[in-house]
Amino acid sequence: MADVNRGNRPLSPHLSIYRPQMTSMSSILTRITGNALIISVILIVWWLLAAATSPAYFATANGVMTSWFGDIVLVLSTLGIWYHFLAGLRHLYFDAGHGLDIDTAEKLGWGMMIGSVVLTVLTVIVV
Amino acid sequence: MRYLTARKRAVGKGAAGTGTQHHWYMQVSAVALAFLVPAFIYIVGSAIGGTQEEVLATFARPFPAILTGLTLFVGVMHFNKGAQMMIEDYARGSMRKALIMFVIGLSYATIATGVFALAKIAL
Repeated sequence: MADVNRGNRPLSPHLSIYRPQMTSMSSILTRITGNALIISVILIVWWLLAAATSPAYFATANGVMTSWFGDIVLVLSTLGIWYHFLAGLRHLYFDAGHGLDIDTAEKLGWGMMIGSVVLTVLTVIVV
Repeated sequence: MRYLTARKRAVGKGAAGTGTQHHWYMQVSAVALAFLVPAFIYIVGSAIGGTQEEVLATFARPFPAILTGLTLFVGVMHFNKGAQMMIEDYARGSMRKALIMFVIGLSYATIATGVFALAKIAL
């Protein structure tokens, strides 16, 4: 019935009854990276605004971006965006009805984790 | 006795009251971002760490400016709807509504600030 338990359904997550698995971990990491990336975006927008405003303001923003703290945030952002990028591609593949058996999904999960690290190293070298 | 069928009551609903529109938006923006993000990482990544003159010169050119603005808009709207999905999973009632409103406001404010900065540099 469509009307059963309307408006009072249980909320996610029901993680306590599961042991961690590649499928669930790769899924929740997608959500964590995607939502955390807003911090990277706000940081970059702040830096752009500073560049557009004045030399003194830019010096402050540039100082933060090029400090060791900025380096850590930017490298983690790069790792996060590449992970989310690969996870998004897998999501599109899933949505099209492919790769949904456990074996393939777990292989793709490992591919995302290893692939995001490889792409991050490449980005740090090239950019 | 109910006169409305289950289907009639379901049409146009879904978590956000807009049927499958939300899911379709995420798919479209995901495909767009798959092309935009690698170029964005290259352009912005190269610009970070440069002097102010170099940064201004980069974003004064049409391609970097347009690509950065486009990625900012599509990326933040993708975040907006993704964050809404997360909030709907973990919060309910007034807290859910307040958090969704906050995320929408944050998203538009971020886009507006970024577009203002880009416009000021490029024009």
